[in-house]
Amino acid sequence: METLLDVRNVSLSYHTAEGETQALSNISFQVKKGEFLAIVGPSGCGKSTLLDLICGLLTPESGSIILSGFQKGKDRAEIGYMLQKDHLLEWRTVYQNVILGLEIRHQLTQERKAYVNHLLALYGLDKFRKSHPSQLSGGMRQRAALIRTLALQPDLLLLDEPFSALDYQTRLNVSDDIGKIIKREAKTAILVTHDISEAISMADRVLILSKRPAVVKDLVNIHFSLTNRTPLESRNAPEFKNYFNLIWKELNDHDTSLEGTNPVSEKEKA
Amino acid sequence: MTHPSKEQILFLKKRKHEKILITVCRILIFVLFLSLWEISATKGWIDSFIFCSPGIITQTFCDMCKDQSLFTHIGITLWETIASFFLVVVLGLGTAVVLWIFPKLSKILEPYLVVLNSLPKSALAPLLIVWLGANQKTIIVAGISVAIFGSIINLYTGFHEVDKDKLKLIATLRGTKLDALFKVILPSSVPLIFSVMKVNVGLCLVGVIIGEFIGARQGLGYLIIYGSQVFKLSWVLMSIVILCVIAMVLYSLINLAEKLYLSKRVSHP
Repeated sequence: METLLDVRNVSLSYHTAEGETQALSNISFQVKKGEFLAIVGPSGCGKSTLLDLICGLLTPESGSIILSGFQKGKDRAEIGYMLQKDHLLEWRTVYQNVILGLEIRHQLTQERKAYVNHLLALYGLDKFRKSHPSQLSGGMRQRAALIRTLALQPDLLLLDEPFSALDYQTRLNVSDDIGKIIKREAKTAILVTHDISEAISMADRVLILSKRPAVVKDLVNIHFSLTNRTPLESRNAPEFKNYFNLIWKELNDHDTSLEGTNPVSEKEKA
Repeated sequence: MTHPSKEQILFLKKRKHEKILITVCRILIFVLFLSLWEISATKGWIDSFIFCSPGIITQTFCDMCKDQSLFTHIGITLWETIASFFLVVVLGLGTAVVLWIFPKLSKILEPYLVVLNSLPKSALAPLLIVWLGANQKTIIVAGISVAIFGSIINLYTGFHEVDKDKLKLIATLRGTKLDALFKVILPSSVPLIFSVMKVNVGLCLVGVIIGEFIGARQGLGYLIIYGSQVFKLSWVLMSIVILCVIAMVLYSLINLAEKLYLSKRVSHP
């Protein structure tokens, strides 16, 4: 499959008056078109920073991030970014919220509006288009946030722990929901999470980062013997436990010799 | 619909009684104060020449209403207050926005703003009279000077308290700083803007009265100063009462506007 994103030897440090902290050290990985990659790592290891870099909010101090294979007729890839909270604007209706991106980019064409309406209808928010975000449930808010992201028809979706603000039950349902939507819309996605189960249940591959300064510890291919895989069903698959144990072990393995020098090791685990 | 329980009815009754009690007490204090004042003046317990009395004040009010001189004074003070209030809102908001767009500029100007804000603005009034002359312009500027710096600082601080992640959201949608301003900063600051306006309207009135004390021939401030100089204490006290009413009315108007705006925003924006 075509490579959409190529991250090569990316490093980044935070600078404050007190000194500098290395966040990411020599990170390399690739994402293929249509693939769902999850990134796990201990909290504060720079997972979100990595997404900020891919999105272009930050520039790497060294290394390169190359996006290719995006839609023809565009000068750059369209990246959709879902943040930890839905960040729906309370003073806008649901509809005004989902077209926020289109409004900012001056792309409020008939075609785009039709697409947004299609998404709203498809994902059960049609009745709530004139409602305010406060009238929606946590799950519906998250859907609205996803539609806002999808409205710009992104080539690549970045999800920064988008379910972390939800309670456990809602979280399982919403991640199932969002996982299905992303699959249905055939989007390439990168999910950042500290929840191992969530990563395994949703992703095709899981990238494991070490604690700060983050290096790539491992890249695990996830494969289930399910015919019609959904995030919720994956959790019940027999292989699930094995993947969980494997990633758990990797995360808790404080092998200092790996730090800083680790080249990408793409082992076949499946 | 189910009927409310006995306890609920009792609770509601108790609450209603409490409300009535509070209102009655409030009115009672007012009436007692006025009657005590009136009686003390007529019985000669206090010198009515210095302390005046509610009756004399009402009489003065009616007389001045008849010859219409009072309306001129009220009108002038009101116009000056509203003019300086609007200028404060526009200038304050404009400056706060400019400072938000150029953070370096705001850092450079910060100590000046702090000094100007803490300076007692009444000290400036004589200077303004000398520079701008004894006219309405000066009084409006005096009104502005009292409120402007505080409102700039409050608004600017408020802009910075807006959720940083909301600004990140705009950035991820590749919005510009202006998008962030118009789509996030300003709409989320509306409650703050209203509360700053409520404070400002009172401050503008203070500034206008200070200005009128020194450099006016008309207006309630002038009436207070002139009345005290010629020992027409009824003018002074009447003006003070009218100022109370003006302050209350202006405040309520902004309150009403805020409520209207917020209810509109929630129901159908």
